[in-house]
Amino acid sequence: MIKINNLNFGYSKHQLLFKNLSMQLSNGHIYGLLGKNGAGKSTLLKNLAGLVYAESGTLDVLGFNPAKRQPALLEQICFIPEEFYLPSVKIDAYVKANAAFYPNFDHPYFTALLAEFDIPVGQKLINMSYGQKKKVIIAFGLATNAKLIIMDEPTNGLDIPSKAQFRKIMASALTEDRCIIISTHQVRDLDNLIDTVIMLDENSVALKASVEEITNKLVFKRVKEIDDKVIYAEPSLAGYNAVMPNFHQEDSKLDLELLFNAVLAEKNKLKPIFN
Amino acid sequence: MEFRDNKAIYLQIAAYVCEHILLGKWKVDEKVSSVREMAVALEVNPNTVMRTYELLQSKNIISNKRGIGFFVAENALVNVKDYLKTQFIEEELPVVFRNVYLLNIGFDELETRYNTFVKETFNP
Repeated sequence: MIKINNLNFGYSKHQLLFKNLSMQLSNGHIYGLLGKNGAGKSTLLKNLAGLVYAESGTLDVLGFNPAKRQPALLEQICFIPEEFYLPSVKIDAYVKANAAFYPNFDHPYFTALLAEFDIPVGQKLINMSYGQKKKVIIAFGLATNAKLIIMDEPTNGLDIPSKAQFRKIMASALTEDRCIIISTHQVRDLDNLIDTVIMLDENSVALKASVEEITNKLVFKRVKEIDDKVIYAEPSLAGYNAVMPNFHQEDSKLDLELLFNAVLAEKNKLKPIFN
Repeated sequence: MEFRDNKAIYLQIAAYVCEHILLGKWKVDEKVSSVREMAVALEVNPNTVMRTYELLQSKNIISNKRGIGFFVAENALVNVKDYLKTQFIEEELPVVFRNVYLLNIGFDELETRYNTFVKETFNP
């Protein structure tokens, strides 16, 4: 679905954000894109959607170079940005103006999603709250039936019931021919939804592994004391929350926050484990 | 369903399915929720549910009828008990044994308490 090869990108020529970044993504997965502020999560997503252009390297999305912005590719991409602008029209006018760009747009599905998100249909978009607007563009994006779904911090601004609805909608939106990429800081909103973790750090991909691979190689558990097997640990009420190599094939639940901090703090210890 | 914070999600879903079978909510030869239905209900990735169903298939607890879906397998009740027993012996019993040893609780006392517990809980 997506092949990135030796991507170099910078907003200024002298300061590159990505240096020789390479990665492949396939359909049938929900990728969770993680990284510190400024690590380049949104920028990577914009590269995939053809909204910014790389210095060098190759980018292949569904067989197209996104920088060329060909309609045949753009109609297969749904991009939900973190910051967006919606015009002063009602939903039906918005759909009339925009749905035509997506040949597979599913009107009944869009209506069902709006109902599920409890969106007042007769109201002008501009008068809606941030959370409501966000739900409208998420519903619109999914209704395009695009093959590549890119979401930048989708749960920001959603209230508590909407987050649960969002997770249900995304669980049903994943099909074998779709690829979903979600960038987030709210890992607890999404940690059971993503099946593969991509973490950006220091101009490149610091980790890309499926949850299954991570929990095969690492074990996440509470320990009373830290010994030399522990890769990274944080103090907790009853001892420490620790990450260790999984020598005894223990099954544990991936703790995304702990993994995130472990990757930042102990990159050299984790690299050989995932090579 | 509430997820606990230390056990792999696909195993927690397996325990959830096993409980449904033990409690008779899903009977032998009945269809179990599809991967998608289960993923939506539990708000998890469908690939995680698929992993659970593959595990339960390998334990002969559910079976896959091609093109139709997953069904409760013929000997599911026996196999669920086997599976849960193995898990109990490997994961929970060591914790109990450790406390029995540390607190110096005799087997006689343990037996009396066990019998009382069974009487009070299951034969009111």
